[in-house]
Amino acid sequence: MSVVHAIPEAPAPLLEMRGISKSFPGVKALDQVDVALYPGTVTALIGENGAGKSTLVKILTGIYRPDGGEIVVDGAPVHFADAEAAIRSGITAIHQETVLFDELSVAENIFLGHAPRNRLGLVNWAAMNARAAALLTSIDAPISPYTRLKDLSIAHRHLVAIARALSVEARVVIMDEPTAALSYKEVEDLFRIIERLKRQGKAILFISHKFEEVYQIAERFVVFRDGRSIGSGLLSQTGQDEIVRMMVGRSVDHVFPKVDVAIGSTVLKVSGYAHPTEFDGISFELRRGEILGLYGLVGAGRSEFCQALFGITRPSAGTVELEGRRIDIRSPADAIAAGIVYVPEERGRHGAVLQMPIFQNISMATLGRTTRAGFLRQAEEFALARRYAERLDLRAAALSVPVGTLSGGNQQKVVIGKWLATRPKVIILDEPTKGVDIGSKAAVHAFMSELAGEGLSVIMVSSELPEILGMSDRVMVMREGRMAGLWERDRLDAETLVRAATGNA
Amino acid sequence: MSRILKYRELLLVGIIVVLVAIFSSRAPGFASPESLANIFNDTSILMILALGQMAVILTKSIDLSVAANLSFTGMAIAMMNAAYPQLPLPLLIVMAMGIGALLGAINGLMVWKIGIPSIVATLGTLTIYRGMAFVLSGGAWVNQTQMTATFLNTPRIVVLGLPLLGWAAILVIALIAIAFTRTVFGRALYAAGGNPTAALYAGIDVGRTRFFAFVLSGTLAGLCGYLWVSRYAVAYVDIAAGFELDTVAACVIGGISTLGGIGSVGGAVLGALFLGVIKNALPVINVSPFWQMAISGFVIIVAVLFNARQEKRKGRLILRDAAKSRPPLAEVPVEGAAA
Repeated sequence: MSVVHAIPEAPAPLLEMRGISKSFPGVKALDQVDVALYPGTVTALIGENGAGKSTLVKILTGIYRPDGGEIVVDGAPVHFADAEAAIRSGITAIHQETVLFDELSVAENIFLGHAPRNRLGLVNWAAMNARAAALLTSIDAPISPYTRLKDLSIAHRHLVAIARALSVEARVVIMDEPTAALSYKEVEDLFRIIERLKRQGKAILFISHKFEEVYQIAERFVVFRDGRSIGSGLLSQTGQDEIVRMMVGRSVDHVFPKVDVAIGSTVLKVSGYAHPTEFDGISFELRRGEILGLYGLVGAGRSEFCQALFGITRPSAGTVELEGRRIDIRSPADAIAAGIVYVPEERGRHGAVLQMPIFQNISMATLGRTTRAGFLRQAEEFALARRYAERLDLRAAALSVPVGTLSGGNQQKVVIGKWLATRPKVIILDEPTKGVDIGSKAAVHAFMSELAGEGLSVIMVSSELPEILGMSDRVMVMREGRMAGLWERDRLDAETLVRAATGNA
Repeated sequence: MSRILKYRELLLVGIIVVLVAIFSSRAPGFASPESLANIFNDTSILMILALGQMAVILTKSIDLSVAANLSFTGMAIAMMNAAYPQLPLPLLIVMAMGIGALLGAINGLMVWKIGIPSIVATLGTLTIYRGMAFVLSGGAWVNQTQMTATFLNTPRIVVLGLPLLGWAAILVIALIAIAFTRTVFGRALYAAGGNPTAALYAGIDVGRTRFFAFVLSGTLAGLCGYLWVSRYAVAYVDIAAGFELDTVAACVIGGISTLGGIGSVGGAVLGALFLGVIKNALPVINVSPFWQMAISGFVIIVAVLFNARQEKRKGRLILRDAAKSRPPLAEVPVEGAAA
């Protein structure tokens, strides 16, 4: 997978950060870090969540000012008073979730805030559209500048975001997890654009959690840990194990704490499940204590299938049997009552009602058990909440405080507690570790093993191969709405799965 | 959040007490028990309607048709009483609530099943329901002389110093308070407005919850149709014109978030009482009714500012809890920034 690139000859860095420090009350976010970016070179910034990566990006883009150290561009020190000053120095960033405007055209999105003007000070539409078209061509984006943004796919929106970043005469391009929402094919397209930017001599700072990508696209690396730069150098001379060691300060032997669990009888049997537009012919069995990985590209119909299984949408054909009994799932309430729960992606946004107290969130999916004739019984709600708060080691002042006042990790526990409280038989986890750092990932994986050990059956939707390979007892691959295969753990290998998912059989 | 709401309710109680004190210093007798009971009685209809509006607002919607609904049901029930004086009053009240519920259900179905934004759907039915009142009556009034004494006088019967109209409001407040805090329906209202996606995944049918909120709002509007016509002893097409905005104002002043999911029954009731005190007090101290409108408007804006500041404070709290409060800005001298 990894391609070794020739290192550009001129070693003089285009931009250098020397001994940069930044403190917030109570937290030293950056402590004397050094980062150098070279023209025509991709430098990967690697570190766990909280290592200081985003603080660094904010300093580079002029949003924060450093407490100490200096930033040198072309050998001359610079100070950024605000974001605009950073842009004037040729530094631009493409963020994880770039803010774009659905109702505006592609050209307007690219030039919002710095549209070309005519002599009267009005927007020069002809020039703006022409420059937008030129920018889009320069990155091989097959998009018209006149298209409304809302008519574009996610991948094409991303290209617009890149064009926007490049519209300001950028020399340093920061990409903060640019591949998080992209499929395999789209990542390839993005990498072609990055290669092109390299040839144009731009210095690129690439932030990603995914090692394969880092090794594929970057030449250099910098590892951050706890606000310090731990190491840097050439990727061609540094192994993945060594980088992981730098990141976590210890060698991680068991990234995937998959515990072998005695697999029991069939719990869930899905036959011929189909949807008019999203998927067709999905059949499989899920056994007690089993973790079934559901792999495929983004847009292969995995989440759509799981949503139908959970009753959010209705299938057009097919049957579901739970413990030998045929069940008809017409709504999420039916699914929950039958013992199937679905933990969606983006648990932050979709998981909890932040204004509501903890106990009301935990009991939300189980109101049937804490009510009598439609009336809530608060004592039982509290008892239920206390049980799961203790089990999950939830840290909160009281169970009556709003979930919004908790830390992210504790909010996560409230959401998990809500699902465990339903005493499910089958739990569907959609991208359980997306955007999560390595340490927390291991905790999520350990928790999954624990659930399986207690006899739960897990369906894990994931786009990350190592996770699929590491955690699954069996793997089902979906491609373009259909099953592309089902493999037992001992027959699994990465190549087979990728082939099945992409159709290169 | 509940602490902030409590704070908001205490603040409203405080403001109302201060207002009453100020007004009674200018107009002796304003704070007498009879006068206060009269103000409460006079605000009953607004309080009841505000609670229906609150249910709808909790689910991230709005019901602009409540006053038109009130007008149509009031007209229908008054004509029924005039045409069939022998019909017992309880039956008429049940009919008023039934008609109101039906009109509310029409709003709810448009929002739930067709997916029309509630502000548009109820703006449409606002006009339609008034138009229906006109078609039903042919533009004619139903006068005091045409209605039966029982129909007109029952809400005026004084029990323990308060007319039955006021007692009706107290009963509705109590029932709604129980429904919102102690039933699955109430929990669903808060969840569906607080985070619709989370509610959906937890098995709560957000659309159906919203539908029932509109039905509740319509039912209470129907009840108020009777209460209004009997109180003012006349039914015509334009009764309660514009009153829907007072119900929204009462909710906003009472701290019901227009973004949904936040608010208490006590807040909505106090918001309505606040408007009631102002409305009753200003004529007593010889302030023109136009000033009343200006003062109400001013108070609404202050209340919204207050709500917005609370939202911001919530954000700051979250950041502080993450131990990453914003760095102080503009402390570093800017040199050579315009590179």
